[in-house]
Amino acid sequence: MVDRRYFTYFDWGLLALTFLLGLVGLMTLYSAVMAGVPTPQKALFIKQLIWYGIGLAAMLVCLLFNYKLLERWGLVIYAICILMLVWVMFFGKYVGGSRRWLIMGPVSLQPSELVKIAVIIVLARYYAKYVSSRGFSLRDLQIPAVLTLIPFILILRQPDLGTAGLVVLIAATMTLFVKIEQRSLILLIGSAVVMIFPVWFFVLKDYQKQRILTLFNPEGDPLGTGYHIIQSKIAIGSGFLTGKGFLQGTQNALSFLPEQHTDFIFSVLAEEWGFVGAFILILAFLVFLFWSLNIAFGCRDPFGTILAVGITAMIAWQFVINIGMVMGLMPVVGVPLPFISYGGSSLLTTLICVGILMNISMRRFMFE
Amino acid sequence: MLMIALLLAVMVLVLRLFYLQIIKGQEFRRLSLNNSIRLQNIDPPRGFIYDRHGTLLVDNRPSFDLFVSLKDARPLAETLARLSPHTGLTVEDLTQRVQSVPRKSAFKPVLIERDIGRDALATVESHRYDLPGIDVQIRRLRNYIFPNFAAHLLGYIGEINTKELALHENTDLRMGDQIGKFGVEKSLEQYLRGERGGRQVEVNANGQVVRVLHTVYARSGHSVYLTIDRALQEKAEELLTGEAGAVVAVDPQNGEILALASNPSFDQNDFVTGITTEKWRALIENPDRPLNNKAIQGEYPPASTYKIIASLAALQEKVITPEETIFCPGYHRFGNRTYRCWRRGGHGKVDLNQAIARSCDVYFYQVGQRLGIDRLAFYARSAGLGKRTGIALGHESRGLVPTAAWKKRKTGIAWQEGETLSVAIGQGFNLATPLQMAMFTAAVANDGKRYQPLLVKKIAKAGEQPSAARPPKLIGRLPVTDINLALVQKGMWEVVQGEKGTARIARLKQIDISGKTGTAQVVSLDKFEENEEAKDERRFKDHAWFIAYAPSEAPRIAIAIIVEHGEHGSSAAGPIAREMVRTYLGPEADAQVSARTEKPAPAEDASAAGGRGGHG
Repeated sequence: MVDRRYFTYFDWGLLALTFLLGLVGLMTLYSAVMAGVPTPQKALFIKQLIWYGIGLAAMLVCLLFNYKLLERWGLVIYAICILMLVWVMFFGKYVGGSRRWLIMGPVSLQPSELVKIAVIIVLARYYAKYVSSRGFSLRDLQIPAVLTLIPFILILRQPDLGTAGLVVLIAATMTLFVKIEQRSLILLIGSAVVMIFPVWFFVLKDYQKQRILTLFNPEGDPLGTGYHIIQSKIAIGSGFLTGKGFLQGTQNALSFLPEQHTDFIFSVLAEEWGFVGAFILILAFLVFLFWSLNIAFGCRDPFGTILAVGITAMIAWQFVINIGMVMGLMPVVGVPLPFISYGGSSLLTTLICVGILMNISMRRFMFE
Repeated sequence: MLMIALLLAVMVLVLRLFYLQIIKGQEFRRLSLNNSIRLQNIDPPRGFIYDRHGTLLVDNRPSFDLFVSLKDARPLAETLARLSPHTGLTVEDLTQRVQSVPRKSAFKPVLIERDIGRDALATVESHRYDLPGIDVQIRRLRNYIFPNFAAHLLGYIGEINTKELALHENTDLRMGDQIGKFGVEKSLEQYLRGERGGRQVEVNANGQVVRVLHTVYARSGHSVYLTIDRALQEKAEELLTGEAGAVVAVDPQNGEILALASNPSFDQNDFVTGITTEKWRALIENPDRPLNNKAIQGEYPPASTYKIIASLAALQEKVITPEETIFCPGYHRFGNRTYRCWRRGGHGKVDLNQAIARSCDVYFYQVGQRLGIDRLAFYARSAGLGKRTGIALGHESRGLVPTAAWKKRKTGIAWQEGETLSVAIGQGFNLATPLQMAMFTAAVANDGKRYQPLLVKKIAKAGEQPSAARPPKLIGRLPVTDINLALVQKGMWEVVQGEKGTARIARLKQIDISGKTGTAQVVSLDKFEENEEAKDERRFKDHAWFIAYAPSEAPRIAIAIIVEHGEHGSSAAGPIAREMVRTYLGPEADAQVSARTEKPAPAEDASAAGGRGGHG
């Protein structure tokens, strides 16, 4: 039996925002893969369309059950995702020197994307159970720390620094949201600062330090990331106020952009649509994020609130890091732009998150 | 609070966007219109390879490659006609080469001829004004200074293939790069390679560099000093001329490989620019397998050299005493079979010392029977047989130490007692590489201490002093007492220096050599006699082994030699050992003469190798 109130309370605004971002994404992707010389990669566009279909279906499935079931099944979902990561470690496919992909017949999946949702769910479950106005002490944070570190280490070993860092950022945001005891917070930050020095001077090897320095100073690697950043900045900057027009981006078309359909897709958009287009996209993301925070605060159940905050944090961090990265403000780590970048796993994860947000939104007045 | 943080972050992003697109927009638009920033590659010079004394063996030389830019070389036919006499290529040839390039770009120069040589370079350069659009580019080519020298050891480089590109350690490399394919060039690739550099440059519409934005200099590969002694290696190769086989020489005190030769050989320089089909076919169709490094890849029955292992096992397990004699009538009956001694007439009564010296098969049939296969296998493994020595070269073979369990697993048939007898004289399923036998000989010479074979003496970063020499790595000891080892050493001394030794041919006047001959059957004796004609055919002749160390009282070199189809260990391989020792210890050997006057060396260099008598 479908309760009619579900329709009444259904979050049409969120759906509209999702479609808007999705359309912008497909349009930009079309330009990114079709304007390239020498060979247009039409297949990638078709693949992304199929992934949209799968993602929307998954989103719909996420609406059908009460999100509180996620609280009950949280640990199981988490365990499955961790198992997938372990599986990838042994049987995953090597692409460009790292092992991230799980091949299942015609589709390949990045479990590290899905694991982000799992971490958000288990942390929300834990924090919702013990939340208090006093805040969490260091001792309380042991379990969340372990729950975060397991996927962090597994993803770091693939190696995928971007996604691993993202898991920690999401967890940290959620933890700060549920409050930490003041004393514990100071202790935590203090010890982290103190730890950095011995680790930097004694633990890390020279080449590892070099890699970290390059992250923050791409000009130090003018033949690798530095070159990418320069080309990306040229692409964005050359868009000027109104852009060069759809399919007219020369930086994109002449393959000067690295990974123009995945991590650097924002450059394609900024080149073709200029400041106006890029600004509108940023604004659309901002509205989306405020909307989802609104859902979080409108929910009267602590699990739903924390869950929605975690999802918002994930999309917000990816958005800020990705756009900051292509504009040369952030370290160059492989983080996709939600809704826009090419990539099935990323899209699937984003749409599942939207589904969960809608679920929380439409059940905010119900107590079962 | 979350909202404020988010707003702040977005404000920063929008400000940055404004800065890039509105404030700096004009500049970036200009840069994008010219598409003018390019990356140029700077290849790192590959590291040099030296021998232990610092003699340069492998370096790089410049290759002058001839290019033509189609947009400048107008009219093309006339230019090519003028170019022809300078290069020794006909006009038709040149035209055909230019036309054979698919998808020509007016800007990208077309390669006409690689490595034109200095003379051609000089004439082309001096006629520059008559040759518009003709350009010579310099490229570094690997140069093997002594062609054919230590080819298997040094190896060669070639263009990287897709399989190698996919490897983790090759992420810095690209299509078209050169990579070590064989030998030291391959196994020390990580040191020799160096690090690629490059330039970020701004170019004009003609593709000419206007401005260099950034330069990352290439870092040269490291220089590698091998443990090889060039003179000794050269001698080994000279001694193998005309034969198929291998020579390995080791310093028993530390495991350093002094020479590692395999014959026939090949010219590595052929591989540098890509080997021609004919040359390649000639190499792979040669029945003597020139591309095979027989010193580490070749697996042969160790034959009578194995008797050293059997002797050590027998003494240590106390199944014989050094004094015990066994009567050799020329054959040994076991079960319903007769096992022959190589010497038809038999050796008569022999003790251990004489059994080694005269290589009596019957004595060792008895020893094998008393020990059993599993005890023999234990000592063979302790001697380093049946597993890779771990030398810094690829494609090393394991050899084989047969046991009852191994045979059951492999063939499903139970071990036959009689097979133990064949194993005890080094035949049967036994297989060993020359390197394994050399390392074992070194251990016997060095009072049982076993070292890992060392091929790299030191490695130096470009422009720096070499690091300290690599320390020798002790990996174990032969599981025998000093007394037992001394008894076997005495037997090996007797092989060369004794009255009735099988390898008197290997004697030197001033230096005592200890050793052991071996003759590995290619075809079993029975079959051999069934077919009289086959006797003379080379591929049915036995392989000749010789292991040796010298000087006997304080060994400084241990050697293992295999000559394929050389027939007799003593006649085919013995003289090689003698010359190797002479070459390595020569200058100092004279000095030792006075110290050894009380023990005059036998004058005669008698050969025991008449007919089949040299059968070790």
